Amino acid sequence: MLDNVASLKYFIPELVLSVGILAILVIDLLAGRPSRQRSFVLTMATLAVTAVATLLTMDGQKRGLFGGLIARDPFADFFKLLFTLVSVLVGVAALRSSDAIEYREGENRDKESGEFYALLLTLALGMFLMATATDLLMAFLSLELVSIISYIMAGFKRRDRKSSEAALKYVIYGGVASGVMLYGMSLLYGLAGSTNMGVVREAAVHTAGTFTLITAVVLCLAGFGYKIAAVPFHMWCPDVYEGAPTPVTAFLAVGPKAAGFALLIRFFGDGQVGGAIPGELHGVLFNSSPWPLMLGMIAAATMTLGNLAAIVQSNIKRMLAYSSVAHAGYLLLGLCAGNRDGQLAILLYLVTYLFMNLGAFLVVMALADAGLGEDIDDYRGIGYRAVFPAAVMAICLFSLTGLPPFAGFFGKFYLFAALLKKGGSMLTALALIGILNSAVSLYYYARILKAMYFEKAVSDEPIQVAPLHAVNMGLMAVGTTGLIVVWTPLVNFVSQSLVQWVPQATAVAQTIAQ
Amino acid sequence: MRIRLPRLTLLAAAAALGMLGPGASAARADENVPHLAVDSSKLEFPESGGTQTVTLTNTGSVPLEIRQVRMAEGSAGFAVTPLNKTLAKGESAQVTVTYTPDPQRPGARKQAWGGLQILSSDPSYPDDARTAGEVEHITGVALVANSSWLLTAMTFIPFFGMLLVVLVPRGKDNLVKWVALAVAIVPMVLAIYLYMNFDRNVTVASGNYGLQFVQHAVWIPGFNIEYFVGVDGLSVSMVILTALVSLIAVGASWGIEKHVRGYFAMFLMLEAGMMGVFVSCDFVLFYVFWEVMLLPMYFLIGIWGGPRKEYAAIKFFLYTLAGSVLMLLALIAIYYNSSPTTLVSGAPAEHSFNLFRLTYVDAGRFADSNLTLLGFEFAKICWIGLFIGFAIKIPMFPFHTWLPDAHVEAPTAISVILAGVLLKMGTYGILRINFGLLPTATQWAGFAMAVFGTINILYGAFCAFAQKDLKKLVAYSSVSHMGYCLVGMAAFTQTGFNGAVMQMFNHGTITSMLFILVGVIYDRAHTREIDKFGGMATQMPVYAAFFGFAFMASLGLPGLSGFIGEILVFLGAFPVYRIITILAATGVIFTAAYHLWAMQRIHLGKWNDAVWKDKSHFPDVTMREVLTLVPMAAIVLLLGFYPKPMLDLIGNGLNDVLAHVTAHGGAGALALH
Repeated sequence: MLDNVASLKYFIPELVLSVGILAILVIDLLAGRPSRQRSFVLTMATLAVTAVATLLTMDGQKRGLFGGLIARDPFADFFKLLFTLVSVLVGVAALRSSDAIEYREGENRDKESGEFYALLLTLALGMFLMATATDLLMAFLSLELVSIISYIMAGFKRRDRKSSEAALKYVIYGGVASGVMLYGMSLLYGLAGSTNMGVVREAAVHTAGTFTLITAVVLCLAGFGYKIAAVPFHMWCPDVYEGAPTPVTAFLAVGPKAAGFALLIRFFGDGQVGGAIPGELHGVLFNSSPWPLMLGMIAAATMTLGNLAAIVQSNIKRMLAYSSVAHAGYLLLGLCAGNRDGQLAILLYLVTYLFMNLGAFLVVMALADAGLGEDIDDYRGIGYRAVFPAAVMAICLFSLTGLPPFAGFFGKFYLFAALLKKGGSMLTALALIGILNSAVSLYYYARILKAMYFEKAVSDEPIQVAPLHAVNMGLMAVGTTGLIVVWTPLVNFVSQSLVQWVPQATAVAQTIAQ
Repeated sequence: MRIRLPRLTLLAAAAALGMLGPGASAARADENVPHLAVDSSKLEFPESGGTQTVTLTNTGSVPLEIRQVRMAEGSAGFAVTPLNKTLAKGESAQVTVTYTPDPQRPGARKQAWGGLQILSSDPSYPDDARTAGEVEHITGVALVANSSWLLTAMTFIPFFGMLLVVLVPRGKDNLVKWVALAVAIVPMVLAIYLYMNFDRNVTVASGNYGLQFVQHAVWIPGFNIEYFVGVDGLSVSMVILTALVSLIAVGASWGIEKHVRGYFAMFLMLEAGMMGVFVSCDFVLFYVFWEVMLLPMYFLIGIWGGPRKEYAAIKFFLYTLAGSVLMLLALIAIYYNSSPTTLVSGAPAEHSFNLFRLTYVDAGRFADSNLTLLGFEFAKICWIGLFIGFAIKIPMFPFHTWLPDAHVEAPTAISVILAGVLLKMGTYGILRINFGLLPTATQWAGFAMAVFGTINILYGAFCAFAQKDLKKLVAYSSVSHMGYCLVGMAAFTQTGFNGAVMQMFNHGTITSMLFILVGVIYDRAHTREIDKFGGMATQMPVYAAFFGFAFMASLGLPGLSGFIGEILVFLGAFPVYRIITILAATGVIFTAAYHLWAMQRIHLGKWNDAVWKDKSHFPDVTMREVLTLVPMAAIVLLLGFYPKPMLDLIGNGLNDVLAHVTAHGGAGALALH
């Protein structure tokens, strides 16, 4: 565990991001005329430097920074690279997306505003911190940072009723969830006398199975569940995804969800992957209490409800929202396995999910920019009017269903394999529920396919998408189909990324004593 | 802030590229464990035979026990000197691998896909934890040159053909058709080569599990998934059928005018998927191809289909996917219960997806009745999961309802593929996977399979009776005919097995003709309603002749191939299931009845003047249509009189499957009655 000064050099990626955010705001202010292009360039430069800084300071070691508030370990580095990639892709897409631009009658001021990019970077910073937090306080703060920026971005189209509705609903749900989680954390503090996750874990040994501990953890789950949009904390999801500008929706569906899972793994796991019993988590918090059962029930409910609700949607963004709820359920399966295989599967699935889900949203975005509506009926016949976007959409939807040879299949394969490898009736049943859900999900994904290819178009006029969008979509399609080519290196990289720094109670106590 | 740039950069780059190993080897050196070092990772032999020496060294800090050195299964012609010795720290021992070519089988070395396996006490290699007390950590050395590109070419040439078709400029529809035809001819030519060169005498006993034209490499090492293709007596007829039916179906697709490029791209992808299913010898590879075939089929029905195409397409897709996800679960469960082995690269593998290893090495351990899944006996629950996946494809009653819908809506050529090849994937899957991997559960379920097969025969025939739509009638006749396959394989007799696979092949050729004939009349009349026709034989005599020929073949007229399959099935099943076979045989009467009745209504009687005033809409069959019908008709006739070539081709492979099933679980099926 490093002190504040020594920590700084491992904190460079976050520092770079912070400097970038400030630079965009200050330059916007000083330059007089705001320019969207300039903010974009600054954002990309910041993200590039962040990525390089992360790669350069990445050495496979695990360290606790700032007296154990956050960790710098391969696990965090994996998520940092993932978040940077998402930010770059969404940032690029937002440059051309009319949805991320605020129009004002007669005035053009907002249109060029750099706020969007400053917010995007702040969100990225929040997620960086979420993936590294090893202290309940830090976890709460970073989660709130992500949430608050998300509220603003969801309501970015200020004069759009749906966007405002989305932001308001998001704030209300988010406020309640944070409050409940904070209450749970305060109970944990009461049990442990510290907010450090290591100390809390130690305290949990002595209080295992007590009513207070169970209540506290359940309350905490409300906050995490809200972030990953797990049932029953998913209610905000469809409204926000539908109302928010599409680039923001795309970002929310991938970034904060992944960050939520990073936090969940840190909270429930004890990071001892490859420890005394290789491949088994022996986190006290995990094994001494009914969490596997509880998480399993949440996972089953999330998959089933997400998929069933998606069937009846007529708006594509809403449908994809429910689909992403269902995918949170699949990801939770990995956590239920509660071991190294499960974590590996979660991380791998997040990578595949990034490509396929972002791909689907990018198509929606590109077509919306070209003047197409967001209802499934608007997509009738676009397989022939917009050949390329429709093909990308088809690939992403097949991958989301989990059909080989697309990446989504291999992601799901690892998840189900993790469950069946550990075995036991509950995990096998969960795998069965999950796999039947994949079959159900085909039904609503196929509704989009059906509209695109089987139904008559309203007009024959070809739809042109912006070249920038086309490149972005192309990347996603290549990722979804081609990930299998680099699968082995990817698995190797992800397995090395499972190493986590875990605060030890004694070390924390020593630091506090000093 | 000091950043040690060069080293960290390298590390980061290496980590990003995933080049770093698991890092376990470094930690091992300072512990008190033995470590086995093998001086080579590959062994190469000339075709003429020879010997190679492999040195095993203990580089660990405590003595190393070498328990056994053996050739992996699939290494026919290879032998290794035995070794059972404890090596002190630093000590070495040598083993000699000898290859003696079989003069009867030149080129057999190419078929060897096994390797050298070493069982030792080195704990860093996977151990078979289920044999308690026995420590057998396994690692291996690969054998090189086990490549035949034939099957890979047959599978992937259509796939690259798909890319080629997509590259044809817009508007050149005719060019697209010719390119597709040229691409589809290649697998057919290769199939003829395969037929000529397939060694009929090879059995499991001759080594390599009776596989020929093997190509074998590691695909995803992290999960021990291999690219492993090969054919044996069970799959070879299906591979040939796929190539043949696909080529004919390209001919039957010539009339397609809507989105021609997309159609043929999807068509070729479908052919690649089907071919892949029949040649795969790795379970995951099999599954991947099985699913890959779904996507083009969905679009082919959904875009180029009839009025209710959307409904039919999604119904087909959902039914098949629901079945195949169960297969996926069973597949993973089976994987985690398989024994440790080595991959073709010689790398140790804790578990394996190798279908032949699962069949001939692990089938016994799956049958262990103490092994449970969700509280049920492992073998039985896996058997049911797999069986449902395959039964949907056959389609077996009560999972058959997708088939009439899909057939009625699909364009002619796709119906041909669907009935000609896709349905056979179900029965093939049962024979290859259910029978192979879970023989005891297969015996347990034999009676049920026979019952369901009989229901299929009778139910399909009765449904066909009631149909007004000619295509639906043919579709239900497929349901009925696939029932014979089920009854035949459920009998566990040599005759029954031969009958089942004969029936699979013959139904493929006969039903292709039927669907082409239905397409011919639909192109002219734009309806398939049987009652609207009459006296067609006077207007289209050649068509009527083909129609009569195909219908006679389908109803099982002796002298045509349909008869051979049915009679073998009945002969094989009668000694085992008497009452069931008698019931099933009554199906033949109903089958004849609905075939003859339909033929009579269409071709005999008076021309229906009320509906068809202008006879000029009904020209006789064109040259193109004749060309698609004649090859099938020739095969039907030939195999009807002289089935020996087909029986020779499949005989040995099926005997092996039968021997495998009966060897496990003893007299199960016979004892039931």
